Amino acid sequence: MATREEITSGLAEILEEVAGVNPEDVAEGKSFTDDLDVDSLSMVEVVVAAEEKFGVKIPDNEVQNLKTVGDAVNYITANA
Amino acid sequence: MSTVDVVVTGLGATTPLGGDVASTWDAMLAGRSGVSPLTQEWAGQLAVRIAAQIAVDPAEVIERVRMRRLDRSEAMAIVAANEAWADAGLAGTGLDPERLAVSFGSGIGGAITMLDQDDVLEQSGPRRVSPHTVPMLMPNGPAAYVGLELGARAGVRAMASACATGAEAVALGLDLIRAGRADVVVAGSTEAVIHPLPIAGFASMRAMSTRNDDPERASRPWDKNRDGFVLGEGAGALILERADHAAARGATVYARLAGAGITSDGYDIVQPDPECNGGIRAMRMAVRDAGLTGADIVHVNAHATSTPVGDMGEIKGIKAALGSHPVITSTKSMTGHLLGAAGALESIATILAIRDGVVPPTINLDDPDDRLDLDVAAHKARPLEIAAAMNNSFGFGGHNVALVFTRS
Repeated sequence: MATREEITSGLAEILEEVAGVNPEDVAEGKSFTDDLDVDSLSMVEVVVAAEEKFGVKIPDNEVQNLKTVGDAVNYITANA
Repeated sequence: MSTVDVVVTGLGATTPLGGDVASTWDAMLAGRSGVSPLTQEWAGQLAVRIAAQIAVDPAEVIERVRMRRLDRSEAMAIVAANEAWADAGLAGTGLDPERLAVSFGSGIGGAITMLDQDDVLEQSGPRRVSPHTVPMLMPNGPAAYVGLELGARAGVRAMASACATGAEAVALGLDLIRAGRADVVVAGSTEAVIHPLPIAGFASMRAMSTRNDDPERASRPWDKNRDGFVLGEGAGALILERADHAAARGATVYARLAGAGITSDGYDIVQPDPECNGGIRAMRMAVRDAGLTGADIVHVNAHATSTPVGDMGEIKGIKAALGSHPVITSTKSMTGHLLGAAGALESIATILAIRDGVVPPTINLDDPDDRLDLDVAAHKARPLEIAAAMNNSFGFGGHNVALVFTRS
């Protein structure tokens, strides 16, 4: 089971690849849209890549609840 | 004839000969070929294994994350439009975005994206298909991205008329300014379909050269041994501007876009009318629209793609519409055939021929067709004072577009 830090750093890798986000800016308190400037189409790519990386299913109706990196870490920790 | 004068104040291009207008033009005047072997693994199985691939990949100019969201044709359109925009010096001049329009096309559009994403669909399933797929493959994508890049709000028009697309996009830009719908139009076209499926499709039509062992000599318009066109990729963009608007801001003017003629053959979906009737009507219309006569046109940048039938039909057409005096050339001998982008790139070559007083060469015309009885600038660039010149573009579907440019 990945630690919260490992999941955050995995998400940072995905965010860099998909949306050009600087990994150093990725932290649990950051909002995907407001702080990291991830648009809705890129968020779809992030979700699909995260599903693959962490072996988790993230249904579309859950995605709207993932406002911050911390929300995503919580979801992945609880469901992986 | 219109009372509104339209001039060209900016040029941009990314082509098989160079990553910008200056390098492309230098290579053209030097008679260099942009055709090379296709070394990709997929090319091995094809009958045609040569193409005129772009000299500077757009990934070298546009940042990586942005490239993920752009079809190659869109990326090249942005590169060409940005160069033209900078060249025109319009940034910071207070141009009202609601007076800035875009007329930009593509012959085939985002085919590479569609084919690549179909591979993803087949191999990894529908959930892995990129959410950027639709804006990458939609035919208005290049026009829309250029409009977004430059903040155009007077409408973004997407032209599609196969190999006449670029010229027809320029013609539409002329109409938009004459009709008072815009003061400035970014007009041009882009094409990026060097991929096994389009190549196989054209090859199945027997439309392409199979001179695989001698790529630089494969595109040979009007030569007896021509055996089809060579596929090229790239983009060209022109800034069209109402003449008094350009004068008021002290802009440098390359040339006047004096007239355009657009006709359709009503003959066959792909075969050109061997008598070039539609082409003749387009050329005459363009000359009349420019307030000139055929005798005034001293140079024609011909459509001539290096196919057995099309090349000679156009010769008949030029003689009938203009006379036997123009010095003609086919820059496709060097660039290959950029399909939808050809008319934009060749408009740029026509404009620079006027500016510099030189006709770029037709290379590889070693053994001219017996029926070729016009003066071609063969092998070497030809100095020529040019007050008025024409660019012809004809496309699958029977589209014929002639543009007349004059010294400003």
